[in-house]
Amino acid sequence: MHRFSLSRAGDVATAIAAHAHDPALAFIAGGTDLLGLMKDRAALPERLLDINGLPDMARIEALPGGGLRIGALARMSDVAADVEVRRRFPMIAEALLFAASGQLRNMASIGGNILQRTRCPYFRDGDDLPCNKRRPGSGCAARHGLNRNHAIFGWSEACVATHASDVAVAFAALDADVIVRGRHGERLIPFGDFHRLPGDTPQRDTALKRGDLIVAVEVPAQEMGRASHYLKVRDRQSYEFALVSAAAALATDGRRIRSARLALGGVAHKPWRLTAAETALRGVSLDDVEALESAIATSFADARPLADNGFKVELARRVSLRALQIAGARA
Amino acid sequence: MSSRTKPIPEADEAAPLSVSLTVNGRPRTISVEPRTTLLDALRDTLALSGTKKGCDRGECGACTVHIDGRRVLSCETLAAMQEGRRITTIEGLEEGGRLHPVQAAFVEHDGFQCGFCTSGQIMSGVAMIEEAKAGWPSAATVDVARSRTLADLSNAEIRERMSGNLCRCACYPNIVDAIAEAAAGKR
Repeated sequence: MHRFSLSRAGDVATAIAAHAHDPALAFIAGGTDLLGLMKDRAALPERLLDINGLPDMARIEALPGGGLRIGALARMSDVAADVEVRRRFPMIAEALLFAASGQLRNMASIGGNILQRTRCPYFRDGDDLPCNKRRPGSGCAARHGLNRNHAIFGWSEACVATHASDVAVAFAALDADVIVRGRHGERLIPFGDFHRLPGDTPQRDTALKRGDLIVAVEVPAQEMGRASHYLKVRDRQSYEFALVSAAAALATDGRRIRSARLALGGVAHKPWRLTAAETALRGVSLDDVEALESAIATSFADARPLADNGFKVELARRVSLRALQIAGARA
Repeated sequence: MSSRTKPIPEADEAAPLSVSLTVNGRPRTISVEPRTTLLDALRDTLALSGTKKGCDRGECGACTVHIDGRRVLSCETLAAMQEGRRITTIEGLEEGGRLHPVQAAFVEHDGFQCGFCTSGQIMSGVAMIEEAKAGWPSAATVDVARSRTLADLSNAEIRERMSGNLCRCACYPNIVDAIAEAAAGKR
């Protein structure tokens, strides 16, 4: 790794001020993504500020009424093992457990998880291949290169990368909020607005600005928590990123869907919410597979597969269907 | 700046830092550059070469150690961030010359060939059994909402929970048998 300095943040205000005034400073929590990026020279911060000692940011709170507040420094394994998380929102625990390995889940924080950068091999590769995320303006090697595991929704000519977080897909489906503290106080970013589409500036992954610190993710209370499922399909059974994943949550009257939440992972630069399908699923019986398939299909009109990933369109429909069916069995 | 914040040194920002931590029960103070990983500090500064460097990218699990009893990857951990922590490596598992039950089970079940991944496998296995005892679910768990005990630790569960440790010699069946036996001894 390159040389850098390391210091410890004692309080939130000081950490925010340091980050706001120093473009070469990066926060470090679990470090599982940042250190890999630094070893691959895809991130070269000159100063690291260790935020692990910041008070009250590792708590997992079951909110009255059924919601959750997950501190940004809570570790993936602690969130996945939390009894209230498992009871209220099984798919949050599942999304975490289907990610990374036991060792990495003990290290990685929730804030860092949703900030992890793309696994696009052209971005991660140390060679000087074109990548607009790594070197803006250099081009996108994946657009006409090896793009089997890249986006089918929302990509641009500048970037076809996908976002790799699993739990972010569950948070997107559940309309979570990211609680951010910055130079001008605390604000709340709806999960759907947190990650960006690449457009012409794929080097920017999120809506965060210099001086912003994620303090928590809040999941609102909803009747769809318990009947939820996270389904992940990948090239190997464990310890692998998704080809396609789906987070599904349901409220039902008997076997009829009253309300549905559905989001996909591995298909876009951000968790991809299937809002058209959610609307079309209202009133559909969980026993009517054809009707479920037609409802899901309404969200695939704007799918644009690349040269190598046409299979993801069909796979994503099937993964959506099965996730809904498993969530339905829990209703 | 609060009193708990170390000021950033002006002169040589990347100068070595002094870190006090406990390694295998012994208090140690080491001087490391900020960029030194815990893996390199263990091997090169403390001469504990039982912990192996495989990929150095958090992908293979060979460098697994325990920090405060939890399994982590020492290659993706900065040594200078471990002030006050309790580190356990493969060298620290035996007690009074007696192998840890997981170590003994690996010998009994022939859970290795070349041995390069073995320290990581064993450190991971020891902590994984504790996680299962604490009732943690895994991706192999059908209903995460149900409470669990060590008795739920099937071979499928062991395979899933150990997936962060790769074995180039593919000794997986014997590794699973070794861990299953060690876990059964703890029930």
